[in-house]
Amino acid sequence: MGMTIAEKIIARAAKKTSVRAGDIHTVELDRLMSNDGTSHLTVAKYNNLKNPRIADPGKLVWIVDHNVPSDSPKTAASQKVMRDFAREHGIDFYEGAGVCHQIMLEKYVCPGELIFGADSHTCAYGALGAFGTGVGNTDYLYAMVTGHSWVLVPETIRFNLTGKLPEGVTARDLILTIIGMIGANGANYKAMEFVGDGMKDLTISDRIAICNLCVEAGAKTALMEVDEVTLAYLKEHGREPKACFKSDDDAVFAAQYDIDLSTIVPIVAKPHFVDNVVPAKECTDVKIDEAFLGSCNNGRIEDLRLGASVIRGRHVAPGVRFLVVPASASVYRQALEEGILETFMEAGAIIMNPNCSVCWGSCQGVIGEGEVLISTGTRNFKGRAGHKDSFVYLGSAATVTASAVKGFIATADML
Amino acid sequence: MERFTGKVWLLGNDIDTDIIMPTEYLAFKTIDEMKPYAFSPLREDLAAKIKPGDIIVAGSNFGCGSSREQAPEVVKALGVKCIIAKSYARIFFRNAINNGLLLIENDELADDVKEGDTITVTVNEKIEYNGKEYPIVSLPDNLVEIIEAGGLVKAMRRRNGLD
Amino acid sequence: MGQTIVEKIISRNTGKNVRPGDIVTADVSRVMLDDIMMPFIVSKFREMGFQKVWDPEKVVIICDHLVPASQVDDVRAYKISNDFAREQNIPNLHTSDGICHQLMTEAGYVKPGDVVFGTDSHTTTYGCVGAFSTGIGYTEMAAILGTGQLWMRVPATIRVRITGKLPENVMSKDVILRIIGDLTAAGATYKALEFCGDTVENMSVSSRMTMSNMAIEAGAKCALFAPDEKTAAYCGIELTEEVRSLAADPDAVYDSVLEYRAEDLVPVMACPSQVDSIRPVSELIGTKIDQVFLGSCTNGRLEDLQAAAAVLKGKKVAPFVKLIVTPASRKIWQEAAKDGILGILSDAGAIITHPGCGLCCGRTGGILTDGETVIATNNRNFLGRMGTSKVKIFLASPVSAAKCAAAGEIVL
Repeated sequence: MGMTIAEKIIARAAKKTSVRAGDIHTVELDRLMSNDGTSHLTVAKYNNLKNPRIADPGKLVWIVDHNVPSDSPKTAASQKVMRDFAREHGIDFYEGAGVCHQIMLEKYVCPGELIFGADSHTCAYGALGAFGTGVGNTDYLYAMVTGHSWVLVPETIRFNLTGKLPEGVTARDLILTIIGMIGANGANYKAMEFVGDGMKDLTISDRIAICNLCVEAGAKTALMEVDEVTLAYLKEHGREPKACFKSDDDAVFAAQYDIDLSTIVPIVAKPHFVDNVVPAKECTDVKIDEAFLGSCNNGRIEDLRLGASVIRGRHVAPGVRFLVVPASASVYRQALEEGILETFMEAGAIIMNPNCSVCWGSCQGVIGEGEVLISTGTRNFKGRAGHKDSFVYLGSAATVTASAVKGFIATADML
Repeated sequence: MERFTGKVWLLGNDIDTDIIMPTEYLAFKTIDEMKPYAFSPLREDLAAKIKPGDIIVAGSNFGCGSSREQAPEVVKALGVKCIIAKSYARIFFRNAINNGLLLIENDELADDVKEGDTITVTVNEKIEYNGKEYPIVSLPDNLVEIIEAGGLVKAMRRRNGLD
Repeated sequence: MGQTIVEKIISRNTGKNVRPGDIVTADVSRVMLDDIMMPFIVSKFREMGFQKVWDPEKVVIICDHLVPASQVDDVRAYKISNDFAREQNIPNLHTSDGICHQLMTEAGYVKPGDVVFGTDSHTTTYGCVGAFSTGIGYTEMAAILGTGQLWMRVPATIRVRITGKLPENVMSKDVILRIIGDLTAAGATYKALEFCGDTVENMSVSSRMTMSNMAIEAGAKCALFAPDEKTAAYCGIELTEEVRSLAADPDAVYDSVLEYRAEDLVPVMACPSQVDSIRPVSELIGTKIDQVFLGSCTNGRLEDLQAAAAVLKGKKVAPFVKLIVTPASRKIWQEAAKDGILGILSDAGAIITHPGCGLCCGRTGGILTDGETVIATNNRNFLGRMGTSKVKIFLASPVSAAKCAAAGEIVL
């Protein structure tokens, strides 16, 4: 019987010829990513072990991205623990260079790899054909010390994409539509696999946005096939695939959906759940206080280009704060080079250094009581971006930017 | 003349406004919320220990640094009866007067007094401690007017025919 | 008998021939209100019973300390600023354009001879264009908003004359730090500083701004430079006889005079935790550092970023060290972007934030923890200013700061 991409990657990591959904296997990890959300806790637990050692420090990547620059002595202390540990053990370490997943995708992730990240959005790595999944710091610690972990092989839900996204509609709108369709727990414990003719017109940036958000449907991971677009991206970043997998024709799927991309419209997810989606046009009566363009979901050069094309020659609405936060230092540099940041500056935006920023709801762009945010971040949970009694809407880079200009939720065609 | 006795908290030179009221807590809505953090970079427990009627004695340049008026307001809100320092930074001085917080300049007391001791102040006249008297220089007339009005807010209310 | 600059400004303003020690009521030319004080200013304004500000055109409201918001209550200050500006028809509102003091001079709100008050101690900055300016509390600001006036005591003046050519790598920051070290933190309390001599005449307005900005750290009420061609060009005005004559009279009387030979000056730092604890950088070499902060109203201008970029071009910030760059204003950010300066700093690994007060005011932007050391180009190294009381803050010039960033330790 055939295997899915998820099964093939786990089989490779478990050194088995074949695995089945539902099996539990011991696997060797290719890479272990951790950020300042939890690394200090991992270090504390590590230091409690008897004669601890790291199986392979070369596989570890530690990234300070959640609170950069630090906003409190407590945060600074946690980051110092992480920094000192990384330095002592020769761990690849980044601070202020961008959001962890973006850095991983730019510099590390290879097709066929199995990667644990101590962050739920690690599923983004499926954009490059790698099995990335989020784990807690205890799982992380075990993998870090032994080099191994156990995984339950997930069932796969397959999404067959056909056609092409209409003008002004983005991959973000697509994945929000899908999450709305299957629900916030629609893919619990499962892998979401995206295939079909429609893939060829989706850039790596689009694919990252899609895979990244799959955890909001409960998915363990998200996966895509390696194609010309993937290979070109890898080449550009100086890497080679480890293994390129496709699901076999006779692989078993938990469910299959056909999605015609041409039917997708601009979508927003309303407070306080990611699956609470409606067409953005139904929310134009919602006044906003802040707009956020950034995050591992939509802070790439393609997103900034899109936002800049919307705002060029226009200005942020009075009384509205528009934060633009490139997802990585290389995105920042590229956007600076292309004059995109200048366009946002001219329009009155606030441009911060690459980091998680508003998506994580601390250290910058925090929203207050009763305030409304429209965001390209990953989550709109209650209190996620600041005050417990505030409201977060999620939308595409185009919708967020158009809303910043209008002062209420708007789509780019309304300008 | 008003006369009062109070327990002394002794601080050093250059007690700056970031010590008196750290920036981290400056955007709190009320002075009451800021109170517990007064002096925290220097002595974390001091705000909790200060009781109404206590007196702060300090060295030179008290209140140097920022113009944040939260600093004298918090000191007043803690119930500090007056501050006796060798000298004050000028913005702090004005802010204190405008809030009706009594500031006394004296060159010697800070070198003589021990923390926890009590001193007696006769306003505009003298400080008594350990059998010794320390003279107080009186304030310029225009400041006395503000203090007598009960602070600048009250003076302005009177000007606007409200009180 | 002749007059100093500050005596001339106050005399012109009040129509009286003033002397140090006189108590006068001045007509206010402009006021600066910053975000963190706005809630208090507005509440005092109402409590005092005022309905209308005396002259909305003369009021400038600037959000900078709390931009971007790092705590949920911060946005309250934005709302109060926006609402008060709308209610009072105040046209000059900046919500994310940079640091108040930079904007006051850069956007042309302050001119030579003006009398300006701001709810921030570094309001002394505007002396760089020959204006009298000083920091006040929110209660007095509320009273000015209602009346347009404020009482003040005419300060005596300390004259600081600096002559000669500054050695390479000595910036105006080193000059003012040295002066503060000599005067001490309370040495100019209640007094005006007046800077003169060919060294300062040859300085840009930006460099002068660094010096007038930091005068408060010696306790000064204000710090003045005589307006000249550079001032006029910077302010976009003509250098009329009226403006030129704000310069001190040859027979003006000074409280004291300090003399410096520029050639004798060296790069210095203010050591933890007093601004007047000044030591030559040469005595601090080898001190390990964790972070460098380039920014603030003291040293976040284009020439400061250029100086740092010149040091860092083609280099990288040392491993495990952070360089945080916070330009002083939106305009400076834009100029630095066009100039390629931001590109150079970014290539070196700098973390470039949006213009604002940033780390200087210690709310966000790179807060540190116990045992960490930061080299910062701002104006204060007080205990706990940038994190815990066990953080060591050294204040330095942009050149010194950039060199330390590349080396990971204090270097000359």
